[in-house]
Amino acid sequence: MSSTTVGTARYDAIVIGAGHNGLIAAAYLARAGKKVLVLERREIVGGAAVTEEIFPGYKFTEFSYVVSLLRPEIIRDLELPRHGLKILPLPSTVTPLANGDYLAGWDDHDQTRREIYRHSPRDAEAADEYSRVMARAAKAIKPVIGLVPPDPSSLSLRDLRGLLRLGAYARSLSDKELYRIAKLVTQSSADLLNEWFEFDPLKGTKSASGIIGTFLGPHSPGTAYVLLHHYMGEIDGAFRAWGFAKNGTGGVTAAIASSARALGVEIRTNAAVKQVIVRNGRAAGVALENGDEFEARVVMSAADPKRTFLGFVEAKHFPDEFTQAIRAFRVRGSSGKVNIALSELPDFTCLPGPGPLHRGAISISPSMEYIERAYDEAKYGQFSKRPYIDMVIPSMIDRDMAPPGQHVMSCFVQYAPYDIEGGWDDAKRDAFGETVISTIEQYAPNIRRAIVGMQVITPKDIERIAGITGGNIFHGELLLHQLFFLRPAPQWADFRTPLPGYYFGASGAHPGGGVMGAAGKLAAHEVLKDWK
Amino acid sequence: MSLLELKRTPFHERISRLSLPQNFRRWAGYITVGSYDLGLDREYWAIRNAAALIDVTPLMKYLIEGPDAARLLHRITTRDVLKMAVGQVYYTGWCDDEGKMLDDGTVSRLAEQRFRMTSAEPSLRWLAMNAVGMDVKVTEVTDQVAALSLQGPKARAILNRCCGKSLDSLKYFRLMENTLAGHAVTISRTGYTGDLGFEIWMDNADALAIWDALFVAGDDYGLAPCGILAMDMARVEAGLFMIEVDYNPANHAWIDGQKSTPYELGLDWAVSLDKEGYFVGRRALEREQREGPAWKLMGLEIAWEGMERIYAEVGLPPQIPAMAMRGSLPVTAGGQQVGYASTSSWSPVLKKYIALVHLQRPHYEPGTPLSMEITVEHHRRQAPGTVVKLPFYDPEWKKATPVADKPRKAKK
Repeated sequence: MSSTTVGTARYDAIVIGAGHNGLIAAAYLARAGKKVLVLERREIVGGAAVTEEIFPGYKFTEFSYVVSLLRPEIIRDLELPRHGLKILPLPSTVTPLANGDYLAGWDDHDQTRREIYRHSPRDAEAADEYSRVMARAAKAIKPVIGLVPPDPSSLSLRDLRGLLRLGAYARSLSDKELYRIAKLVTQSSADLLNEWFEFDPLKGTKSASGIIGTFLGPHSPGTAYVLLHHYMGEIDGAFRAWGFAKNGTGGVTAAIASSARALGVEIRTNAAVKQVIVRNGRAAGVALENGDEFEARVVMSAADPKRTFLGFVEAKHFPDEFTQAIRAFRVRGSSGKVNIALSELPDFTCLPGPGPLHRGAISISPSMEYIERAYDEAKYGQFSKRPYIDMVIPSMIDRDMAPPGQHVMSCFVQYAPYDIEGGWDDAKRDAFGETVISTIEQYAPNIRRAIVGMQVITPKDIERIAGITGGNIFHGELLLHQLFFLRPAPQWADFRTPLPGYYFGASGAHPGGGVMGAAGKLAAHEVLKDWK
Repeated sequence: MSLLELKRTPFHERISRLSLPQNFRRWAGYITVGSYDLGLDREYWAIRNAAALIDVTPLMKYLIEGPDAARLLHRITTRDVLKMAVGQVYYTGWCDDEGKMLDDGTVSRLAEQRFRMTSAEPSLRWLAMNAVGMDVKVTEVTDQVAALSLQGPKARAILNRCCGKSLDSLKYFRLMENTLAGHAVTISRTGYTGDLGFEIWMDNADALAIWDALFVAGDDYGLAPCGILAMDMARVEAGLFMIEVDYNPANHAWIDGQKSTPYELGLDWAVSLDKEGYFVGRRALEREQREGPAWKLMGLEIAWEGMERIYAEVGLPPQIPAMAMRGSLPVTAGGQQVGYASTSSWSPVLKKYIALVHLQRPHYEPGTPLSMEITVEHHRRQAPGTVVKLPFYDPEWKKATPVADKPRKAKK
């Protein structure tokens, strides 16, 4: 892309980062008639939601790989289906077990019940009740996600109104629901799941979604909330379950970018931002690494909180307290990704031959203890010797992802600490990849000979390629003290920042990560509210 | 069998071949027959005029055994199980502690310390949770015990032909041990049609032999295999509600408004507030009994003349779907909505358009004139009707023992 020396072209708004949140914010601003420029460091748009042909013919959803939480109103508002968005079903989760058996969760209630019943009749019924209880709790907490978090210490009219609304909402919940939610946000997923279930692989598989993207184990308090967070996507009739976007998550950001362009948004790639230009105490534009400068009335960062507040803006523009809070914000990357091009499907001993399991997720999570042990190693600076792995075979869902007869497999792997002892290097990356293959090999012995090519991504690589400081997939862990009115910092959870004209709308802001887009959309709305 | 195939009942080999339209329905994880014939008439009239054989294996079945078996069921259900005789069968609902219905089914006392419970929803967990500290063993036998429902005025005569012992003295809601074609069976005088009827409980292994023997014995009586669609029409006439259709189990409800109490469903007669000790939901039910329910399940008979008039406006004779309809329809009084119909059906025997309706106090008194919304040529119309007590159809041979083989006339 060409770089223009500007200084004259003035924009209403500049958005830093063309990930899904940045693109969504830009599209909403353009939809309101603003002249918007999006600046992307990389040569492609998408951020951590990209699809790249790492080996010719094999398309990898490099980082984020599933969609559930993408807000339906964003899809409607931005007419994403017209721009190519299709979210295909990802109907099941199969957990292969060491004894050659398996545990499956199908997308059919009866069949799932029957499958769990095979292992534990009691758990089969408990699972029904559990999912109803979690869905009701998710429903109870969901309206909060759509709210701009009010600051409980503020007396501004806007915050008071927000608090009142929140209070009225809390009062509308029954005591039972309130207690349940209070428990859910404080409990560990191990305590929660032990209350409900007896079958270890079921607990292991369920607990896995409570640790994704955190640097915690199933026994760490606060992980139960993350379980709930993952239920959010499942309560909308239209969105029910996890899905896989056509062309991977890169297909999602491509659709959003297309919609944004149609709305008049200008997107520049190879445009790494060096600094936010501050004039008269206000954000007034940005300067690129290459020396180009662009002026705008407002600037929004859709990068991670560390770069947004510690990188792009000189510390002197922020109160110390704020800078301290951002420094303390925990962004410890804990997961890696192994993307594999395959000449044949992995053949699982528990369910030999091609079958419905290949169309869904395959989870290496035989017990909570297994995951807790995996965490123990990470706590002390090692990647897990036997990690939790969430595998998806995108080419089984969307045949365009790999050449005919060939496949691609995406493996989300936890734990892989960002701060590995001695630091990440090529040898450690290779060893990490080998650990993943040898783990899968225990359940699917043909995996090694089927490998055509393999891309191993450590948290360090996530930071290097996608530009997320710390390599945390949520730009900051979903910990209770980093959520809602505390995300990313106390008093600054409303997408504004201490620097007038500078806004923040990314996964590190409320309501948090996932290919959800709520932060980008809500931030754009706040920008527009302040416009007059 | 492929990985995701539905469960098959032990009768599958017969029923899957007999269904002419290959009309299958799902029922509690099993695949069952919706209808055997191309229309529902033959199966429906077999229930009302001859005998119909329905595979009801998918009912959830539990064996509850031990010194505290009666105490557990007494605690869970709304009936007085401590007073139940061996050989007796109770129909009952059970509630959560707020007195809201969780499920309904039957409890059979097979022996002093041995019961069988049937339910629509899985109930193992609920039974186990309530059995804490009790000396009782709960075993699910859904997949081990096959069940056939033989319904219709000729049902007794057919059984007498192929059973070891006569059924003549078996009373309504009682059961007996018997043999059928030499195989041990339990036969209860129960059903879901409001007609004379029996339910036959057997080992899976004997299922096909018993099915075949019943058709040998029943051929002269016009016995027909019957699917769940025709049974659905009969159960509406009998005023029997269906879980997930006419009420939501309380633990499935998203909001309180979706829950029902036994009183709201007209189960006053099955709530024994005078029974000994605590039972789940007791306090809430006592309150409700004192205050009277805010809602009540009643029958609504739609006036034929009204239907004719509404349809005549567009130049048509009345059109009524030939099967039970599960869509919710608003019920109004003077233009104001006062309730809704949860199932509506044409009644072939009564020649009436009938509906199970949930009405707000005070509109549930029998004789109250109300209207039900229907759609006539894509336009909403109010069909006038009258509130009636349930059941709509109640032939005297349903409960009579012994009865003459030839049906006499129905009460209504």
